[in-house]
Amino acid sequence: MKKIAAIFWKDIITEFRTKESVSSMLVFGLLVIVIFNFAFEDSRAQATKIAPGVLWVAFTFAGILGLNRSFAVEKDQNCIQGLMLAPVDRGAIYAGKMLANCVFMFLVECIILPFFILFFNLNLINQLPLLFLVNILGTVGFVAVGTIFAAVSANSRMQEVMLPILLFPVAVPMLLAAVESTILIFQGGSFTSISNWVKLLAGFDIVFTVVSFMIFDFVLEE
Amino acid sequence: MKKVNGFDTILSSLVFLGMSFALYMAFIYAPTERTMGEVQRIFYFHVSSAWLAFLAFFLVFIFSILYLITHQRKFDMLAVANAEVGVVFCTIVLVTGPLWAKPVWGIYWTWDARLTSSLILWLIYISYLMMRAYIADENKRGNLAAIVGIIGFLDVPIVYMSIRWWRTQHPSPVIMGGEDSGLAPDMRTAFFVCLIAFTLLFLYLTRKRYQLEKLESDVDQLYKLAQR
Repeated sequence: MKKIAAIFWKDIITEFRTKESVSSMLVFGLLVIVIFNFAFEDSRAQATKIAPGVLWVAFTFAGILGLNRSFAVEKDQNCIQGLMLAPVDRGAIYAGKMLANCVFMFLVECIILPFFILFFNLNLINQLPLLFLVNILGTVGFVAVGTIFAAVSANSRMQEVMLPILLFPVAVPMLLAAVESTILIFQGGSFTSISNWVKLLAGFDIVFTVVSFMIFDFVLEE
Repeated sequence: MKKVNGFDTILSSLVFLGMSFALYMAFIYAPTERTMGEVQRIFYFHVSSAWLAFLAFFLVFIFSILYLITHQRKFDMLAVANAEVGVVFCTIVLVTGPLWAKPVWGIYWTWDARLTSSLILWLIYISYLMMRAYIADENKRGNLAAIVGIIGFLDVPIVYMSIRWWRTQHPSPVIMGGEDSGLAPDMRTAFFVCLIAFTLLFLYLTRKRYQLEKLESDVDQLYKLAQR
């Protein structure tokens, strides 16, 4: 546990000092929302149907940027060698990195969300707890697969390109569940109306966190 | 090294005979379907390919696990051979499906559970093959590909379940389906002949692809030796 916390804390401090990844994710996420606003100009009346999709596209695209950075940074000065030499289980590296990525992505989501509500003229005050629940579950699932795939793609020649190509097909169920439940939330649904999707998201999170934790060892093997 | 392998000859002749017989069964022996007409005959190839694509992806999963446990090169080669042949069969499914859907449903494509899942499946394994192409180091490639192979396959049931809740339109399975579903006995025979023929084809292609991968790896080794 302490080892996981150490790696987590290292990533948080690095990010706090440079602010590179969160700021770029944030700006990119906002840009996605603004651009989609132009693309769907005529149908803004149906905002509750389109907005959830836009929101999750913004979140996941921004998330990809952050995930790409997470291992590119380590490769830069060969820091990954240092991490591997550390006397910790490789799974701990995964867990630490994954938690840090979750925090970054969730932070970005919390900043994007008010702007999004403002731009689409939504009234969601009562629905915020449910929305946060779906956001957290969706983010954990996306980052669980994203962190291990980021490590995989960091080892390939086309690193930045490979991550979205690998991650998006696998993230389809998580995206679908997140978007569908967000639609229901925007239409004023209660927890029971989204409970199936929430279960699916939770299942996705558990399966991929556990499996990635188990097989992460092989990513770093030389 | 022998030029022609005896087993290969037998297998390829079996594939040839099997495929000819399958064509006969699907186009002449099997009766014409009452409402859909001749176009229904595509079913024999469509469903056979779908089963084999699924089998191939399952084998990728198994060989990926075996590779991570044993680190024997042959398992990695078997995984890639199955992934590639699986993508070929999955492509056949995605091409024959719309050909059937246009006259029967009136549209080529709809975002139904099985259709969407097959497409996602296809994308997952395309990305698997792409990733392999971008990693030069053999050992690294084996490990990383195995990880994608395992996570990709574990995703399949979740993809299917999520899209099923989302929407469904595809005809329900007629083989091992429910009580009401089923095929006419002649159609059933034709289907199983096609399935066997396609399985032989699958085995032949996978075997060839495996041999090719092995040759490539050997050449690579020789090249590295020569450079030293």
